[in-house]
Amino acid sequence: MLFDLDDVTYTRAGKVVLRSVSARIPVGASSVVGPSGSGKSTLLRLLNRLADPDSGRVVYEGTDVRERDPLELRREVSLVPQLPALIDGTVHDNVAYGPRLAGRSFDARSCLALAGLDPDFEERDASKLSVGEQQRVMLARALALEPRVLLLDEPTSALDQAARDAVEATLVRLRARTAISIVVVTHDMAQAARLADYVVRIDAGRVTAQGDVTEVLADQVPVTTGGEAT
Amino acid sequence: MSPLLAASSIHVTVGEVAAALALVAIAAIASRAWHAGLEEDIGIAVLRSFVQLTAIGYVITLIFDQDSAVLVVALISVMVVFGAITARHRARGVPNSFWPLLIALAVAAVATLGLVVALGIFPATPRYMVPVGGMVVGNSMTAAAVALNRLGEDVHDQAGRIEATLALGATSSQAVTPLVQRSLRSGMITLVDSTKTTGLIFFPGTMVGMLLAGAHPTDAVRLQLILLYVLLGAVSIAALVAITLARRNFFTPAHQLLEPPEP
Repeated sequence: MLFDLDDVTYTRAGKVVLRSVSARIPVGASSVVGPSGSGKSTLLRLLNRLADPDSGRVVYEGTDVRERDPLELRREVSLVPQLPALIDGTVHDNVAYGPRLAGRSFDARSCLALAGLDPDFEERDASKLSVGEQQRVMLARALALEPRVLLLDEPTSALDQAARDAVEATLVRLRARTAISIVVVTHDMAQAARLADYVVRIDAGRVTAQGDVTEVLADQVPVTTGGEAT
Repeated sequence: MSPLLAASSIHVTVGEVAAALALVAIAAIASRAWHAGLEEDIGIAVLRSFVQLTAIGYVITLIFDQDSAVLVVALISVMVVFGAITARHRARGVPNSFWPLLIALAVAAVATLGLVVALGIFPATPRYMVPVGGMVVGNSMTAAAVALNRLGEDVHDQAGRIEATLALGATSSQAVTPLVQRSLRSGMITLVDSTKTTGLIFFPGTMVGMLLAGAHPTDAVRLQLILLYVLLGAVSIAALVAITLARRNFFTPAHQLLEPPEP
């Protein structure tokens, strides 16, 4: 099991965001689905210690994440936030940011290609790109750390349909070419069905269902096998 | 006494101070005529300035008469503590800002006063240390408060970007580095700008005071220049120390933002 959340409760500003959540996320492609404000983005942030639960445990590959160095954990379990949040500078500066901090070598052009961007974008000003292109730069700079797990928070919510389809196709290609596991948070059950093999459904801070996509979402959307863009 | 300050002293009567209130009356009348609603604030300002300055005048007289280094240190320490308390109210967006501010003002005061004495600019006597210390602490307080206020606003506004860099394995210090640069600039820019325009657009207070007291203009200018340069050093130390210490307060030891962006 990749992640194991054991009776996790998380409170923010006096409001319970996650309430006694127990969930399992296996190796491969998984999705956390639920409506807006259900706590799914918060759950994602607990997986690489951008936040810690008030009670309960988050276990990654058999170890409580609080026993791991948070910086090392975040390089291994990399999170791409919902909205592009690039640093000032070129696309290359952004892709280089994580590896330079870690003192690692990287190949910016191959990371851009893997993220579905033309490698010639490398020297362009990141702030001048479209939102869809910026989102791919976010993906590329996460990939530059060569993570074992990629956490994606609503990766297409700010995009139009064409850009959404392109990002989804990129994620499917990524899975086909690398051994990386992905966890996609989305409010779109159809997207979860297109991208994931395993699904955790969450509503009002509680897990309402979890299991193979064919079981959990069968009554919601037409389900093919995960990993195939439909 | 330093030859620089060989100005003859002047005597100002209470009556002359009272006469100056005529100018305050103009301000009050203008406020009332234009419904600016500042009459009460003007009244409080006049009263507080009279009481506070008169009180500090007696304190300074006592310290000058005693010629005691302990009393000088005590007075500047009180200024540092009250400066930190005042600045804390202006830097509301920064968690637990009191200690960073207190340390910043203390370091700025000790470093700059220590340097002016070590460099032989002023002798370490109450007549020099008290007024220079007061200016150093006052300007440092403003700079540190402005810098921290800006830092707090920027961390709040850019929580998403900060967390995105934390997610790439950045430490909390690395994640706020671009904000630190802007905050430091905010804290220092007012004094830097006024130093640029000094003598052209306005005459700074020390120079005006010395001229009124009968000093030669050359001496007044030189003393003013010394104080401007001392203050530039002081505000940069205060802003830098306050930011360096306070930036950690936005994060947990595990490099997590205490107030993460709204989901």
